[in-house]
Amino acid sequence: MTEIASSSSSAYARPSATRRDIGIKRRYAAERRFRAYGMAAILTGLFFLFVLLWTVISNGYTAFQQTTVTLPIEFAEKIIDPKNERAANPSKLMSANYPLLVRDALVKALGIDPANRADVKKATDMISASARTQLRDIVVANPAVIGTTVNVPLLAEGNIDSANKGQIDLTVEESKRKVNDQQIGWMKTLTDSGAMTKNFNTGIFTFGASSRPEAAGIGVAALGSLYMMLIVLALALPIGVAASIYLEEFAPKNRLTDLIEVNINNLAAVPSIVYGLLGLSIFINFAGMPRSAALVGGLVLTLMTLPTIIIATRAALKAVPPSIRSAALGLGASKMQTIFHHVLPLAMPGVLTGTIIGLAHALGETAPLLLIGMVAFVVDYPGSPMEPSTALPVQIYMWANEAERAFVERTSGAIMILLIFLVVMNLGAILLRRRFERRW
Amino acid sequence: MNMMSEAAVEKALDQKMNTVPFKMIGKDVSVYYGEKRALFDVNLNVRENTVTALIGPSGCGKSTFLRTLNRMNDTIDSCRVTGKITLDEGDIYDPSIDVVELRARVGMVFQKPNPFPKSIYENVTYGPKIHGLARTKAELDQVVESSLQKAGLWNEVKDRLHESGTGLSGGQQQRLCIARAVAVSPEVILMDEPCSALDPIATAKVEELIHELRTNFTIVIVTHSMQQAARVSQRTAMFHLGNLVEENDTDKMFTNPDDQRTQDYIMGRFG
Repeated sequence: MTEIASSSSSAYARPSATRRDIGIKRRYAAERRFRAYGMAAILTGLFFLFVLLWTVISNGYTAFQQTTVTLPIEFAEKIIDPKNERAANPSKLMSANYPLLVRDALVKALGIDPANRADVKKATDMISASARTQLRDIVVANPAVIGTTVNVPLLAEGNIDSANKGQIDLTVEESKRKVNDQQIGWMKTLTDSGAMTKNFNTGIFTFGASSRPEAAGIGVAALGSLYMMLIVLALALPIGVAASIYLEEFAPKNRLTDLIEVNINNLAAVPSIVYGLLGLSIFINFAGMPRSAALVGGLVLTLMTLPTIIIATRAALKAVPPSIRSAALGLGASKMQTIFHHVLPLAMPGVLTGTIIGLAHALGETAPLLLIGMVAFVVDYPGSPMEPSTALPVQIYMWANEAERAFVERTSGAIMILLIFLVVMNLGAILLRRRFERRW
Repeated sequence: MNMMSEAAVEKALDQKMNTVPFKMIGKDVSVYYGEKRALFDVNLNVRENTVTALIGPSGCGKSTFLRTLNRMNDTIDSCRVTGKITLDEGDIYDPSIDVVELRARVGMVFQKPNPFPKSIYENVTYGPKIHGLARTKAELDQVVESSLQKAGLWNEVKDRLHESGTGLSGGQQQRLCIARAVAVSPEVILMDEPCSALDPIATAKVEELIHELRTNFTIVIVTHSMQQAARVSQRTAMFHLGNLVEENDTDKMFTNPDDQRTQDYIMGRFG
């Protein structure tokens, strides 16, 4: 108080000597340089992001198209059920010779001599072997179809699909090419007659694993991932939040809690494959849970996500102003009431953001799943988390190992789907934060 | 009639301060933060329906003493309190005392207005709800109206009770905090520099409010402003370096203090 009084009483005197040169130009130059570095860093980041997205999208967008050949299939009774025993024994329909139906339809459509076995073989190779199950499913679902002729869109074989999309170079020598000249001619015939068309590929979203690219999809893997995400959410969120609240609000501050804190931060940095080994030895070898099951995958990912959620939640709890705690305590609220009525609701946006980012991280995790046997060739949808299943990133990993051209585009297509999931989750986190964030 | 009784009470209080009974008695109160001792055997009594001002330079222990009165110091791990503090003869540091109940009887208003980021209505009803003082909608409405009336805020906010308490101006927020404390019907209200974040107009309103609240509550206020202490309090206690220097009637304190240090501080020679 006295200082203020004294300084205001004596008039402010301008220093008489000229100012020392403190290098104002150099300071401005340094600032400009620093800004340039920052811009360069951001542009580099954007460039690589662009390259990544460009590669994935340019490789992958064709995965969402699929060539189909629509043929009038005659469901002839003499081929499907020659002895007419389907009423007594429906399983006969399961084992009927469906490829023969495809062959007959194709021979008729292309005008090939049925006796010329080599030509017939080349022609039937153009249609995916999955046509067999496709026709079987039609007949089993509705046996009344037998004896009629129906136009059925059959999937084209992977190489034909690639050739139709212009991904196979048709100018190279015929013997070094997956698609021969005769097939190219037939493709043209079929395209001209309107039988061969490119359609939106719904199969990539619904099919399971298949060694035939045209019949492979991420549906089964996505269900496995969904099971795991639900398990992670149901376990990691309550455990993580409870642990953070205890550590942040109740635990005494001593060596032990310091040690725990340091180790939680360390756990967040442990390579994920180590969690896979842990899951293998504890959940599968010790606890005897089934291999390849989404349950084990979910538990492993829960362990992996916990540190992320705990760190995010503690940071969110710390960010709640102490004045709110004092206000509640001063009114006679107990510690529990203070936390659950005031602190936690205010920390919720941070908690949810942390949880969603943890989940997104878990969704993209591959390494630990490899160790617990989720690199599996799973064709059917798992009915429960106890059944063998696989996960989205693992499916991508498996497709990336395949040689066919059609799998290359499907790998990129699956990456795009995974990226869309991640972007949607992160957007959800941002929206939740915006929605619930309070200012004071 | 109400006016008359209030005036009568005030008159009686002003005339014979020394006959007013003690509400809270602090005997040999010492506070330690870890190894560091912040208060040295303070003996300070708080009289009923009186505004007691605690003054002194920064770090002198006045806020620390204030916070021992409703055990807000309990929330600091390293803090230890010795000595005895009673509220209506009951030792508030007795292990059988429930700190939640104590804080319902001894409310607190803080330096920075800290309304909950909820509606004005919820801010006021929170205390009564957790203490079970009001349960039905009608009771709660009643509490909200009377508390806001007492805090002189009712006319300003009655049409927007369900808007956020943080949307009010600083002075209104602080009066909302006072209303929130009043809603629990405490016997003592502790105020820790309640006007330090407010402009002079809002300060004047809060001071006026403190003056009115005195008829129903015992008030202990920490302040850095000597003028404020002189304006609102009947008793003043001066702290310095963790010691209670002097406690006296405010009039005497500001005209003819017993202790030289008080004189110096009030005259602005240190601090």
